[in-house]
Amino acid sequence: MEKSLINLTINNVPVSVGEGSTILDAAHKINMHIPTLCYHPDLRMAGNCRVCVVELTGSKELVTACSTAVTEGMIVSTNSPKVRTARKTIVELLLSEHNADCTKCYRNGNCELQWLASEYRIGDHVYHDLVKEEEKLPDSSSLCIIKDDSKCVRCQRCVRTCSDLQDVGTFSVVKKGKKQKVSTFFGKPLKDVFCIDCGQCTSRCPTAALIERPLYEEVWDAVAEPGKHVVITTTPSVRVAIGEELGFEYNKHSDAKVIAALKLLGFDTVVDSGYFNDIYIVELCTEFLLRMKQNNEEPQKENLPYITSCSPGCVEFIGAKYPEKKRLLSTCKSPRLIFGALIKTYYADKKALNPEDIITVSVTPCTAAKNENTQALKGIADVDFSITTRELVRMIRQSGIDIQRLDASDYEPLMSEHSGASLLTEVSGGTTEAVIRTLTELVTGNELAPEMLRIMSLRGENGIKETSIRFAEVRSGWEFLKDKEIRFAVVNGSGNASGFFEKLKENKNTYHFAEVMICRGGCIGGGGQPIPVSSELIKARASILYSLDEISGLKKAHENMALNNIYRGFLTKAGDKDNQKILYY
Amino acid sequence: MESQSQKRIELIFGHYSPSKYQVLEKTLQRHPEEIISELMDSGLKGRGNVGFPTGMKWKFARREESATKYVICNANESETGTFKDREILERVPRKVLSGMAACGYCIGAKKGIIYLRHEYGYMKEHLQNELDAFHEFVRKNNFDFSIDIFMGSGSYVSGEESALIESIEGYRAEPRNKPPFPVVSGLYGCPTVVNNVETFATAQVILRIGAEEFLKLGTAFSSGSKLFSISGDTINPGIHELELGTTIEEVVNEFGDKNIKSVQVGGASGYCIPQRLFTETVIGYEGLTTGGSMIFFNNSRSMYKVLHEYLRFFAEESCGLCTPCRIGTQQLLLGIEAVKRGEKPVAYVEVLKKLALNMKTSSKCGLGQSVANPFISILENFKEEILY
Repeated sequence: MEKSLINLTINNVPVSVGEGSTILDAAHKINMHIPTLCYHPDLRMAGNCRVCVVELTGSKELVTACSTAVTEGMIVSTNSPKVRTARKTIVELLLSEHNADCTKCYRNGNCELQWLASEYRIGDHVYHDLVKEEEKLPDSSSLCIIKDDSKCVRCQRCVRTCSDLQDVGTFSVVKKGKKQKVSTFFGKPLKDVFCIDCGQCTSRCPTAALIERPLYEEVWDAVAEPGKHVVITTTPSVRVAIGEELGFEYNKHSDAKVIAALKLLGFDTVVDSGYFNDIYIVELCTEFLLRMKQNNEEPQKENLPYITSCSPGCVEFIGAKYPEKKRLLSTCKSPRLIFGALIKTYYADKKALNPEDIITVSVTPCTAAKNENTQALKGIADVDFSITTRELVRMIRQSGIDIQRLDASDYEPLMSEHSGASLLTEVSGGTTEAVIRTLTELVTGNELAPEMLRIMSLRGENGIKETSIRFAEVRSGWEFLKDKEIRFAVVNGSGNASGFFEKLKENKNTYHFAEVMICRGGCIGGGGQPIPVSSELIKARASILYSLDEISGLKKAHENMALNNIYRGFLTKAGDKDNQKILYY
Repeated sequence: MESQSQKRIELIFGHYSPSKYQVLEKTLQRHPEEIISELMDSGLKGRGNVGFPTGMKWKFARREESATKYVICNANESETGTFKDREILERVPRKVLSGMAACGYCIGAKKGIIYLRHEYGYMKEHLQNELDAFHEFVRKNNFDFSIDIFMGSGSYVSGEESALIESIEGYRAEPRNKPPFPVVSGLYGCPTVVNNVETFATAQVILRIGAEEFLKLGTAFSSGSKLFSISGDTINPGIHELELGTTIEEVVNEFGDKNIKSVQVGGASGYCIPQRLFTETVIGYEGLTTGGSMIFFNNSRSMYKVLHEYLRFFAEESCGLCTPCRIGTQQLLLGIEAVKRGEKPVAYVEVLKKLALNMKTSSKCGLGQSVANPFISILENFKEEILY
């Protein structure tokens, strides 16, 4: 249905917007900036902070631009004396409640309250300082997220993110009046409450009340430590987003420049995570096929759908909310852990290095990765440090490197090749697409039909995406799959998981394969990505990865020749038990 | 001056017939439009603090097309110094239930809810007994309407209609963004009329006596009479029904102790009326406020302590959702303390006054918006007491 247009004026500028638009939408349309704080484009509207108040002719009270729908003939002013004094007062009040320790703050320079303060030139201390001493001790119990109540502005973006977007509900508002705060369950330390460490709150917090646990100082130390060989990998998600914060658009030289920057930072070896993504896809297909075979032989075991577990936090989420489904999870390590395990075994072997002298660093968009580790070799962690895109940006800034002026550099040749499929695993639905590419050729022995290289039903922003395939011809050994409809589901963000599991309950074994990504959009929408985040940015990152896949000469994970080398020379064939400690939990 | 005795009015507490629901029975035979017209003619305005015309509210809700609608009786009486709703529910509950049923009949609601203040839990059984009889009556009359009691959790702000609705839905009692107003999108997104206990009871009174009779009381702008909870330095504390349009002077003369220097009208969120304004201040919607309470202060009282107590109350009872109210209340409290102690200059009260006015324009709900009422009216009239 066509929405009718509503005409109004903002600061005497006429504007027409669709019915149901807010004053803020209308202001955006004419490029009129109205400051906001509790507003976030991804979240349900709140109207808490009152920073965006505007004046309506005919109304005694000011109204919030974010929450007020436009009406015909509305006359809005965004900078009247009444608005300006109210807005300034609100910012002053927020500062009185805030531990405005800006120069020492983790979010110094990227803080929405700081911006508001500088816009309104809050110079003198008008009001009493309300920050309580006991609040100045942050909760740093979690390995991934640090919560500092003294920096909290009570905008409740984290509450809305955690409950509405992620369906986790770690945070809620407790008490009232001067005691009101955002709290965990009974104020317990973060490590002791249900939190999946996704970090979505950290990327939506306007201040430093919620931040990732920074590990970059430890990484700097590792790089500087004599006798240590430091290997780093970055994921495609990091590389397509890093420019958002460093001020450049992704282009065909970006990856090579990031490699050059990493080498300048002092890392001994830079490897491509796409290579490990390919290994992951091959192993995932193998384990999935084994599961299907098992199901064919013993259907009563109800071991389907096979649920991917590469999204850190997924195991925790399903374990806590759907414990009975935990047995369905894949036991494949995530590509990040495969990276660590192979560096400390295969790579150490090839380079004649002592695994104990190798330090592995992974850069991912994921905060939960900080809390996820395995050991392929006894007593040696696969990945030593997991840092986020934001932390890598900070390291590059600290080093004074101008990334755009660097000459291109290359990955370590042993682990540099990757398929287009490996890029897709970073986007919601992409792991499933990558699996279908490999699975089809494994089972049928025939080349994949070109139209199967773009499965549109698995792309886009829907919460639950589905597709199914059927093989008319199969190789020997896979006869039970002949003409069988294999159904795939993609859960785009933990917030959609309940809908999916409800669906499963209604119709047993509806799906054979389920990709569950904790963050919306997949890894590209991870909690450690540059701030600000929005669904628009996530879409833009996805389209870069899809187009990289389009131009990639190598489309399928199992076609990666470098993989052949490692499987022939080091690992036994995919899915084999001997690879257990390296590739499986 | 000679004390001029008030006209005794007993609209709310009088005529409580032992034969139950006679008036409602007649009401249900009338056309809803006719009932709403009667209420609109009567000029009845909400007996909470806002004073929205009741007939119009019902008309708006009636106009909405929705299979489900709700009638909510706001019995979260928490305004300081107000205890009239408690008395109504204890003494004449059938009037309230009848008013709610009339509303449900007019707007097409099948469900009514009494949002009962946490501290009034003791009367739940008594109310439930009344409800059983009420449900018996509606069943006999083939009128599909039932009423439940919902216990509040002890929050002041849930007296605000949208916060009250949030509370019933199981959320924190925090006000919603408006518009949409509850008559359009209220409980569970359905059209909902939220009226105060006294409003429903008064509506029932009007349906019994007729708008014309009701209009004989009050002024052109504030028709009828209203209950007041009178407390403080009074010789006759309690609930008194007064004609609207009465001046504070008249009330003080009848109920006040000696040497009344000010009256707080409308509770903590109302206004302080100093003695020099007693004669010119009319109780009614044309004046400052009607409120539900009048607290008398005589010469022995410290207005600093009064203001301090109100601010302390607000700093605790703000739900904390919006910035101006959550932080503003704390700053006002700390501010007057600091001035009193000499830690801030006297001129600092001007900063505080500006803050209070900004809270009035930018707070999310009536709570934050009304803090300026007591703050500025007490400060301006008793500046010396506050400052030194």
